[in-house]
Amino acid sequence: MNGADVVASLHDVGLSHDGGAHFVLRHVSLTLARGEFVALLGPSGVGKSTLLRVLMGLMHPTEGQTGGSACTAGAGAHATRRSRAMVFQDARLLPWRSVLRNVMFGLEGLHLNKNEKKARAQEALRLVGLEEVADRLPRRLSGGQRQRVGVARALTVDPDLLLMDEPFGALDPITRTSLQEELQRIWQQTHKTVLFVTHDIEEALRLATRVVVLAGGPPAGITGEIVLDMPQRNPDSPAFRTYAARLRAMIAGEPDPGGEAYWRSAEI
Amino acid sequence: MSIKLSGSVRLGLGLAGLVLFFGLWEAAVQSGLLPSGMVPAPSSLGPAWLDEVRGGFWQQAILDSLNHYLLGLLIGSVLGAGLGILCGMLGLLDSLLEGIVRLLRPVPGLAWVPFAILWFGLSTAGATFVIAISVFWINFYAAHSAVRGVDPELYELASAFGHGSFVGRLFKIVLPASAPGIMAGLRTGLGQGWMSVVAAELFGVPGIGARMMQASSLLATDVVVVYMLTMAMLYAITDFLFGFVRKWVLRWQP
Ligand SMILES: Nc1ncnc2c1ncn2[C@@H]1O[C@H](COP(=O)(O)OP(=O)(O)O)[C@@H](O)[C@H]1O
Ligand SMILES: [Mg+2]
Repeated sequence: MNGADVVASLHDVGLSHDGGAHFVLRHVSLTLARGEFVALLGPSGVGKSTLLRVLMGLMHPTEGQTGGSACTAGAGAHATRRSRAMVFQDARLLPWRSVLRNVMFGLEGLHLNKNEKKARAQEALRLVGLEEVADRLPRRLSGGQRQRVGVARALTVDPDLLLMDEPFGALDPITRTSLQEELQRIWQQTHKTVLFVTHDIEEALRLATRVVVLAGGPPAGITGEIVLDMPQRNPDSPAFRTYAARLRAMIAGEPDPGGEAYWRSAEI
Repeated sequence: MSIKLSGSVRLGLGLAGLVLFFGLWEAAVQSGLLPSGMVPAPSSLGPAWLDEVRGGFWQQAILDSLNHYLLGLLIGSVLGAGLGILCGMLGLLDSLLEGIVRLLRPVPGLAWVPFAILWFGLSTAGATFVIAISVFWINFYAAHSAVRGVDPELYELASAFGHGSFVGRLFKIVLPASAPGIMAGLRTGLGQGWMSVVAAELFGVPGIGARMMQASSLLATDVVVVYMLTMAMLYAITDFLFGFVRKWVLRWQP
C-alpha cells in the first residue's frame, strides 16, 4: 500500500482510562486506505467508541502510535476543511440551532466567508435530501431526519475520514434500511473513506468493503478481518450467509468455519 | 385534581381575588375590627398617593430607587452570572473559590449595610452595592448549576468539530446550553433586587425605601402602604418586560 493512500492508521495501540492499570484496548493495529468503507464490528461495551475517539484525536492512546493525513480534529488558520469528522449514535444536534446552522457548526472557524459556509451546508443538506427542512429546529425532526443532519454536518467539512459510531443503531428497521441505502449512495458519490462502527453483522455486510472484528478482552483486540468480495448485497445469498457465519465465529473467538481470504490480525 | 382553566378565566379569578382582598380589608377597618391607627383603610390610599404625587416625592423616589436598582441589578447579575459560568467550566477555579463561597454565601445583603456606609457613605454607590450583593448570589448559583448541568457529550461534539478551546466551548456550547438556567437566575434576581432596595435605602439614601422609613416614623401607615404597592407595581413591570427578553433569548425552546 502506498503511504499517500493511507488515510489513518493505528500501530499497536493500547488505551487505558486509569493510566495503565486496566486496558480497554491493546495491541490494536489498523490501516485505513483512501476510499475504503470499513465496518468495525464488535459486541457492545468492547471498546468500539473508544477506538473511534482515538482515531478522531479526542483521546490519546496510552501505548502505540497513530498516523495518517492529520491526526488532529482542528485546522490551521487557512484550512477550508477538516481531516476527520464524526457522526454520533444519538445524532447530537444542538437544540438551539436550526438544521442549517447545525450543519454549519463544523464550518465555523474555517477560512470561509459566510456565504461559502451557507452554500456548503446547503449542499450537504441536499446530499442527504433535507434541504426543505433547513430552517427547522431539531426537535421538529424525526429520528431518521436527525441522523441525516448528523451525516450532513460531518460531510460538509469535507473530511478525509468519516467516522460513524453506530449511527443507525437507534432507528427503526425501515428507516434504518433506507438510511443504509442512502449512505451507500453518498459513499459512491463522494468517495469518502469511512469507518463505520456497528454491532450488527448484517449491517456490516450490507455496507462495507472490509469488515474488521473487535472482540475479546478486556483488553479487546482485533480478532480478524474479511475483505468482502460480493457485488450483490443480498442477505439471502450463500456468499452473504457464509460471511455472516465467519464473522459470528470471529466475534465469539471460535475457529474460522472456512471461506476464502481472511487473516488473523496476529499474522499480518 | 387540577382543573385546566383558560387564560382569561384565570386573569378574571385573579382580579376577583384582589377585589375581595381589598373589600374585606376595607370592611374590617370600617367596622373597627382592625384599628385604623395600625392599618390604613384601602380608601385612604388614593388620597395619600395623590398627596405624594403632588409634592413630587413619589416620582423622585421612583427615579432614585430605579437608579439604584438598575445599576445594582446590572452589576450583580453580570458579575454573579459571569463568575458562576467560569466556576462551572473551570474545576480549578471552582475548588479554589469553594471555601470563600461557603463563607460569604450565608451573609445577607442587609449585613453589608455598615460596610456600604463605611466604604461609600450615604450615596447611590452604597445602595447600589447592597443591591448588587444580594442579586449576585442568586445569579452565581443559577449560572453555576446550569453550566454544571451541560451534557458532557456536547463538549465532545465541540472538540470533534474544532471548537474544543475554552472560548469555543464557552460560546458554541456553554452559553446557549445553559441559557435557560441563567435566564431563570436573572428573573429571580429581578425580584430579589426590588426586595433589597428597601434594605439598601434603609440607612438614608433617598428612594422608595427611605421614603417608607420616613413615613413609618411619622406613623403615616397609608403612605407606607402606597410605597409597598408602588414597589409591587415596579416589580410587576420589570418582570413583565423581562419576559419578552427571556422569550426572545430562549425562542428555540418549546
Ligand atoms: N471515560 C471512561 N472512563 C472509564 N471507562 C470507560 C470510559 N469510557 C468508556 N469506558 C469503558 O470502556 C469500555 C469500552 O467502552 P466503549 O468504547 O463505549 O464500547 P462500545 O462503543 O464498543 O460499546 C467499556 O467497558 C466502558 O465501560
Ligand atoms: Mg459505543
